[in-house]
Amino acid sequence: MAEFLATNTGIALIIVAQCLAVIGFVMISLLFLVYGDRKIWAAVQMRRGPNVVGLWGLLQTVADALKYVVKEVVIPAGADRTVFMLAPLASFVLAMIAWAVIPFNDTWVLANLNVAILYVFAVSSLEVYGVIMGGWASNSKYPFLGSLRSAAQMISYEVSIGLIIVGVIISTGSLNFGDIVRAQDGNYGFFSWYWLPHFPMVFLFFISALAETNRPPFDLPEAESELVAGYQVEYSSTPFLLFMAGEYIAIFLMCALTTLLFFGGWLSPIPGIADSPLWMVGKMAFFFFLFAMVKAIVPRYRYDQLMRLGWKVFLPMSLAWVVLVAFFAQYGAFGGAYARWAIGG
Amino acid sequence: MTFFDFTFYLFAIVTVGSGLLCVLARQPVHSVLWLICAFFSSAGLFVLLGAEFIAMLLVIVYVGAVAVLFLFVVMMLDVDFAQLKAEMAKFMPVALLIGVVLLMELGLVFGSWTVSPDAEGLRAAVTPALDEVHNTAALGQLIYTKYIYLFQAAGLILLVAMIGAIVLTLRHRKDVKRQVIRDQILRDPKDAMEIKDVKPGQGL
Repeated sequence: MAEFLATNTGIALIIVAQCLAVIGFVMISLLFLVYGDRKIWAAVQMRRGPNVVGLWGLLQTVADALKYVVKEVVIPAGADRTVFMLAPLASFVLAMIAWAVIPFNDTWVLANLNVAILYVFAVSSLEVYGVIMGGWASNSKYPFLGSLRSAAQMISYEVSIGLIIVGVIISTGSLNFGDIVRAQDGNYGFFSWYWLPHFPMVFLFFISALAETNRPPFDLPEAESELVAGYQVEYSSTPFLLFMAGEYIAIFLMCALTTLLFFGGWLSPIPGIADSPLWMVGKMAFFFFLFAMVKAIVPRYRYDQLMRLGWKVFLPMSLAWVVLVAFFAQYGAFGGAYARWAIGG
Repeated sequence: MTFFDFTFYLFAIVTVGSGLLCVLARQPVHSVLWLICAFFSSAGLFVLLGAEFIAMLLVIVYVGAVAVLFLFVVMMLDVDFAQLKAEMAKFMPVALLIGVVLLMELGLVFGSWTVSPDAEGLRAAVTPALDEVHNTAALGQLIYTKYIYLFQAAGLILLVAMIGAIVLTLRHRKDVKRQVIRDQILRDPKDAMEIKDVKPGQGL
């Protein structure tokens, strides 16, 4: 067996198995994330939420997915058929492939790229295409307006996400997620993670992540009170399912990124308790809970306010922070909290 | 043919093919989508070369930002195809000329790379092993340490161009009511509200 696994076919099989494991994890999490999102939302509004299918309604998402799959695919008469079908595919596949570089434990990573963080950034900057293509190919007014809004919004907030990530990269001296997490390993557990030295940026990153994934309060591309459902208006059945799944996977990816960049990935918060992938999953679930709470609590932004926040507040703040971190790191301020090159890169 | 060769030819064929389709596509939006495909597969070629940093930058900058703006503009344009087709013949000589000039320049570059003695020296320079210096670190060393002044000069030129564009398009409109967030936050309930005691049947 060991000899077979060392051959080319064996290696290819191992890689396929690893891919399937990651896809399986993401898809199963997806089922319960959608359920959890609805339950949390319901709890905030003092409703009961999904509670019919399965125990406590746990299988509601499975039922919904099945319902989408068996429905008829309707393509509008004036639509550009190829691009119309390509858009949900792009949205789903791009959200999925970013998981290739997300580590769950010290060695548990599908592709240990040394430019991993740039890869995730590149893929998340591509996600806008699903939305633009969908909105344009529908050949209808509301989807088109939604996709234009989305293009501007996602580009604006990518700039500040990029600058926030640059701060973390400067502190670590590496673009690899494993190195970034290892650089946060210290004697003080919870307090040696990056959230403390990069404190203001944690909030900026979280808010930018909301805007980047078109989550409320920044869900203007699909604002139902203005644009019906934005770029998704003309979509039905499986293509719609793909759009929705892609959206949730992108949100979950942002939770994973927050965990890896600022909250120590798989590291345990209390020194003495073993590090484990369960910490990683637990932290991701916690950040998803925050995403769901924000959706339930915060009212939607106005479009010009969204743009003002992105360009006039977040961009100068994150830019100034990059300069500040560069100085702190160069001169070893605060006992070298900003320069962990020896541990990380 | 090894797997590496297969991947190279796959990316190369996709790059050239989508470049061709970008020119030939009838619909401008399809052209941009083919252009994105070409960018993407050339990023794949960079990865095969071991230049993963440049590959990622290509995707982030060109596909993630520049092409989105292209798409943005092309979607908003109301293009008349018949008129475009008619004008194509008119611009053909100029387009051909530009194409020939670009091709000759490429030829010159590759030619001098093969024969020039300077290039000989550059090629002979030992590339450090990949596990010692990542190309991200090597590029950072070159751009931000060795050629920092040239890099800053390039940045300055771009800044001037940007300020120029802003100055050209900026106009102050006096008759528009704008939201001033600072004023809204600094508003005091004491100045904005007044509690009146309304007597029945009298009004204010």
